[in-house]
Amino acid sequence: MAAIHPGTEIPSVETDNTLDDPSRRAPLVTGGLDFGGVTDAVAKSATSKPTLLWWVLFIVTSGMALMFFAMIGYLVVTGVGIWGNNQPVAWGFPIVNFVFWVGIGHAGTLISAILFLFRQNWRTSINRFAEAMTIFAVVCAGIFPGIHVGRPWLAYWLFPVPNQMAMWPQFRSPLLWDVFAVGTYASVSLLFWYTGMVPDIATLRDKATSRIGQIFYGFLSLGWTGSARHWHRFERAYILLAALCTPLVLSVHSVVSFDFAVAQMPGWHTTVFPPYFVAGAIYGGFAMVLTLAIPCRVWLGLEHIITMRHIINCAKVMLGTGMIVCYAYSLEFFTAWYSGHHFEQFVFRGRPLGNHYIGFWSMVFCNCIGPQVLWIKKVRENIWGIMWAAMCVNIGMWFERYVIVTTSLSRDFLPGSWAQFVPTWVDLFMFFCSFGLFGSLFLLFLKLLPTIAMAEVKTVMPEAHAHGHGDDHAADDHPHADDTPAQPEGA
Amino acid sequence: MTVIDTPATEHAQPTDAAAPGKVFGLIGEFDNVTDIIGAANTAREAGYKKMDVHSPFPIHGIDDAIGIKQTILPWIVLFMGLTGMTTGLILTTYTMADWLPLPGFVPENFEGYTFLISGKPLVSLAGFIPVIFELTIMFSAYTAVFAMFLLNKLPLMSNPLLKSERFRRATDDRFFLAIDARDGSFDVHKTAELVRAMPGCRAVELIDE
Repeated sequence: MAAIHPGTEIPSVETDNTLDDPSRRAPLVTGGLDFGGVTDAVAKSATSKPTLLWWVLFIVTSGMALMFFAMIGYLVVTGVGIWGNNQPVAWGFPIVNFVFWVGIGHAGTLISAILFLFRQNWRTSINRFAEAMTIFAVVCAGIFPGIHVGRPWLAYWLFPVPNQMAMWPQFRSPLLWDVFAVGTYASVSLLFWYTGMVPDIATLRDKATSRIGQIFYGFLSLGWTGSARHWHRFERAYILLAALCTPLVLSVHSVVSFDFAVAQMPGWHTTVFPPYFVAGAIYGGFAMVLTLAIPCRVWLGLEHIITMRHIINCAKVMLGTGMIVCYAYSLEFFTAWYSGHHFEQFVFRGRPLGNHYIGFWSMVFCNCIGPQVLWIKKVRENIWGIMWAAMCVNIGMWFERYVIVTTSLSRDFLPGSWAQFVPTWVDLFMFFCSFGLFGSLFLLFLKLLPTIAMAEVKTVMPEAHAHGHGDDHAADDHPHADDTPAQPEGA
Repeated sequence: MTVIDTPATEHAQPTDAAAPGKVFGLIGEFDNVTDIIGAANTAREAGYKKMDVHSPFPIHGIDDAIGIKQTILPWIVLFMGLTGMTTGLILTTYTMADWLPLPGFVPENFEGYTFLISGKPLVSLAGFIPVIFELTIMFSAYTAVFAMFLLNKLPLMSNPLLKSERFRRATDDRFFLAIDARDGSFDVHKTAELVRAMPGCRAVELIDE
């Protein structure tokens, strides 16, 4: 949580902090909130009763989540024939959905780790949100390949466990790398999320009025007291985790892209895949962060902490990564043409004109055309404009994975093995219901846990720094304040 | 500034001021960062060592004020990261190339398996890098978290400080200087007076064990 020291002249009462004047540092917390104000705003949802809207949404999403598990049960007792995937398109929806969800799960760790290392202080307001979203998206992502293997009770074959066959997993296979990459990513993200949350859970423990709340938060906060010695090690651990998560988050989607790129399929076998996939993951992840943050900040009354500036910053990151993604799309076509490779050229001719052209043009519209409205400042400062762009990307990124998986598999080298991929109702319904699992977990998070990293937000407020604050205390009440020895800045 | 409300008599027994129980320590409440850093400096200069500052967020400059030494955590993490790397290296090469003869009592399914796939070498190190990398990260990240909590002696489910109603604001918007009763210079009245006289001190509270 080492933060850049904000200047002393930051006006914290200002409500519009979207200024572009580089000579003034924009406040990250507006509305004149002080430390207590931040605590109260964040703790409100955890200490009060859930609203009617929360119950309605929770019942709907948890119903969908139950349907999701029911469909998995149907799959297990019936077999993978209920899906549309078959030879040659053996991957179909489960892998499309896996890549879609695991991609969404990238923004959280990017915001918490990479933006932390780059000292982007605005991350503090949205990192908890984004990390929670990461965990829940990875939960959804992990289920799909697990059930895609057809016999989920044999899923332990994925892990290096000594077994009755005296065999080990094949460590040269990208599919096994995936097990390690996604497994490490899921568990380390969970730890990162929880570790950052411990001080804030302690705040909820101290704010809780009910006995059950005190016990629940007391247990989860591990007895945190905000001791300076604890903070010292905590900050060390946090920066180490950030440094470890940065290569991790980049490795995960790179490894996912190896699932494709290491195969010999035309359309997959390209070296651009790892950076292309990582940019796409961040693109889709930021779109989901915006989709969730824009309604939640209003719903939970957090407009002064997740300010318009935060939303605009996310929109800019989304636009930037979107340009990388569009560049990768065009680069693929260039490479196909330049390679002189017959099958590669055939696949790329087939994308805009062939049997899956609807998927391709949806992808191009949603990822490359729709979000371009964000170049216009007026649109970027309008919630609905940003929401339009984010929804475009949410849809477009799913189509991207659909196009990659189906176009190559359905039209490979031999015309004799061509086949059209048609999803069944189970495919569509399972994908739809996976949003219920994601949504219900996210709603539980909004209700029960600290939605904003309070301790981190407080460190980027001007009052968090000795001698730097322009409030009334130091000057009036305590004339001795200036006698204290000067503290090393930024120690 | 808070007035010293209890007159400190010379011969008063420390236990008189406290409840029948043993004294755990004393906390002084402050409401801003400048004052708490000043207070920590004053206490350190007065010779207190077993003291701490409790704050809702990490304060920059507090480490020097209380005299906190650099933690050894990064070294533990480095060591465990290297352990993870070695584990990955041994796991992948052993299971794929079976280079280590195991003694007879080890079950057969623990033995490596010379798995020849598309003519690739048994030890294809380049192909093992992702797994080795992920295991390195996994070991170091787990260590960073668990070692941090253990070095902090957490989880600690019972802490006398948490019984204080006032101390609840340590995770909200107040800053507390806590002086431990086990400190050599600790004396209920003298220490309380010292803390009370610190600029910006709002209240002093004695914490029973």
